Amino acid sequence: MMMPPPAMPAAFQVEKPVPGPGMGDFSYVGIDAILEQMRRKAMKQGFELNIMVVGQSGLGKSTLMNTLFKSKVSRKSVQATSQEKIPKTIDIKSVSHDIEEKGVRMKLTVIDTPGFGDQINNENCWQPIMKFINAQYEQYLQEEININRKKRIPDSRVHCCIYFIPPTGHCLRPLDVEFMRRLSKVVNIVPVIAKADTLTLEERDFFKQKIREELRANGIDVYPQKEFDEDAEDRMINDKIREMIPFAVVGSDQEYQVNGRRLLGRKTKWGTIEVENIAHCEFAYLRDLLIRTHMENIKDITSSIHYEVYRVRRLNENNTAIAHEGEDTHWGD
Amino acid sequence: MAATEIARQAGEGARAVPLAGHVGFDSMPDQLVNKSVNHGFCFNILCVGETGLGKSTLMDTLFNTKFEGEPTQHNQPGVQLKSNTYELQESNVRLKLTVVNTVGFGDQINKEDSYKSIVEFIDTQFEAYLQEELKIKRTLHSYHDTRIHACLYFIAPTGHSLKSLDLVTMKKLDSKVNIIPIIAKSDAISKSELTKFKIKITSELVSNGVLIYQFPIDDETVAEINSTMNAHLPFAVVGSTEEVKIGNKMVKARQYPWGTVQVENENHCDFVKLREMLIRVNMEDLREQTHTRHYELYRRCKLEEMGFKDTDPDCKPFSLQETYEAKRNEFMGELQKKEEEMRQMFVQRVKEKEAELKEAEKELHEKFDRLKKLHQDEKKKLEDKKKSLDDELNGFKQKKTAAELLQSQALQAGVSPSAFTSLLLTQQAVFRVMFIRHPNRREQTETGRDYLDLSNEKRAFSCLVRNVLTWFMLPALMNTTQLYWSSLI
Repeated sequence: MMMPPPAMPAAFQVEKPVPGPGMGDFSYVGIDAILEQMRRKAMKQGFELNIMVVGQSGLGKSTLMNTLFKSKVSRKSVQATSQEKIPKTIDIKSVSHDIEEKGVRMKLTVIDTPGFGDQINNENCWQPIMKFINAQYEQYLQEEININRKKRIPDSRVHCCIYFIPPTGHCLRPLDVEFMRRLSKVVNIVPVIAKADTLTLEERDFFKQKIREELRANGIDVYPQKEFDEDAEDRMINDKIREMIPFAVVGSDQEYQVNGRRLLGRKTKWGTIEVENIAHCEFAYLRDLLIRTHMENIKDITSSIHYEVYRVRRLNENNTAIAHEGEDTHWGD
Repeated sequence: MAATEIARQAGEGARAVPLAGHVGFDSMPDQLVNKSVNHGFCFNILCVGETGLGKSTLMDTLFNTKFEGEPTQHNQPGVQLKSNTYELQESNVRLKLTVVNTVGFGDQINKEDSYKSIVEFIDTQFEAYLQEELKIKRTLHSYHDTRIHACLYFIAPTGHSLKSLDLVTMKKLDSKVNIIPIIAKSDAISKSELTKFKIKITSELVSNGVLIYQFPIDDETVAEINSTMNAHLPFAVVGSTEEVKIGNKMVKARQYPWGTVQVENENHCDFVKLREMLIRVNMEDLREQTHTRHYELYRRCKLEEMGFKDTDPDCKPFSLQETYEAKRNEFMGELQKKEEEMRQMFVQRVKEKEAELKEAEKELHEKFDRLKKLHQDEKKKLEDKKKSLDDELNGFKQKKTAAELLQSQALQAGVSPSAFTSLLLTQQAVFRVMFIRHPNRREQTETGRDYLDLSNEKRAFSCLVRNVLTWFMLPALMNTTQLYWSSLI
């Protein structure tokens, strides 16, 4: 014996009157205190971030990770000597770290893929990576459809995949195109030009342009994807970013003295490249994008779009495998 | 998967790494908050209480607006739930507030089923969310969450103890929603009575095992204030939207001849405490509790009801999908079996009916044959009779003409009438013998009539001829014999 679901919402404006003399905040309800409550909850719970780095050996993946998070989160792979075998298959190594800054705790997981693109025959080298990503989605899905669920399902899904492009200066290699094309559908890809200190500014711009053209020509949508822009403001911000990708980065975990300050950089005979100087390289932009401004957005897109796509596919797969006539959209009733 | 080696350090054992500089992820909470602000919040309150306890007024006072609706009547046949959604905005925060009122609660004579519609309503909201979550193509992030986050239970200010209706209802609701009991219209109770009343209520709730919502005390920043507030439950509130001038300020108050009750004065009532707790401190926690505790409980019960299990006796985790498929197949199998049964029964009935009808048909045929035969027999008989009658008629006609002829002859020959008649009779007898079997007798045919007519005439004519001949011959013969005899004598 109840009425049908809510009536049309009526918009009420709770006026917050200008506090006049003798009038306290009696008209203030306090709804915006919820922001503070949310912040508190978030601080208590902590955050999770899973980054995957993909690229050929020697492109500076581990160094970049260490530079990004200003700590030794990634162990540099051992120098391959003639005795040491180059691994025949691709390893996927994932290492977790707990880092804390100003009361905010974060569980960072760096997923490394040594051996990618290193063999002579690189066919299907993206397969182990795709398998890994799908396995993480699968694990989350299984947790989600449990009857007795955990309070907070541990999120091991890959939020972001940084793809390292070798600084040839010409164009993308077929391996790059193939890989990015396949993976842009399941994960957010952020392409970066590695070891960008070998390119001059003009070469860099030319290279970037070529890359952008090629990405467009192959229909590869890298982060920030055009179709997920929410409103005009978003689009404006993201367009600016899209003008700049792929970022040309230089990584370093050694500090040098420059102009009286200690800065991260690479010291060469002809000068010192400052990592955080935007005139030298675009590391700062990458860091801002990934960590300071768009991290929540990246995680959001992963959980609400990529994961949902996987889920739909997986559930439909099950449905058709057991030969149902008629596709129903609810599989739980 | 032999090609991949996943070496992962467990989350619990993840090493803590010190940072050498400012990374910048301390902006994460801000990012999160910004995202939520863009998205908007929603909060759903359920007000349960008897009619006339000031539920609508309290909502107006809490959120500082005038919500729609006029006071309801007291003659509702059952408990109905009316929900209204409002969009409020304060600074940059948009809140979609849904207030659900129980209409007619406690007004009936028999109140046994009052709680049922409330429980049903809450379950419906959970069900809607569960359905959305279980969909294949779902849009959880833009789903308008209608689950009840807080239930304000209005207790009538009797000053003695809880009513049994209150106890029963709260017991039923405590596992489904966060209950916050409040004493309504508390300006009817004096301060000393109020403390006793509160103690009585809390002890009754505890002794009956009703779990009301406790403000969380695990977060240091709010633990202190929450624990003090926990001691003040249930809050004694007064609601008012009218403003009264006190001193030089306009405050919300209720004016009586003997004084004014100020709503926001902590000495007068606990309204401020309620507002603090409900909105400013614990709104997020209420939402979280609803999602992680009450909703999960509902979900678990519902799925178990539907027959899903997490693990089977062999400790192998079932996938929800597999269980569902198995159940569905089972169900389809049963359905098919039932269908088969029904079909067979139907076929059987049809056969029986057919046999019956055949029997009836046979009988009818026989009857028809019999009647036909009867009819034919009758007809034949009638034909025969007709024939004989016809013959008689003809014979009679012949006799008549012969007699006439004889008569005329006799008159011509001067024969006595008696001799004449005897002559007629003998002639008749002779004719009968000679022509009993008429050579022109025809078989009766379909179109016999025509033939008969013709032959009748023919016969008549031949009769006539014979008659004439014999009339002339016989009488002449008779005459001659008579003359001979007379001459002899």
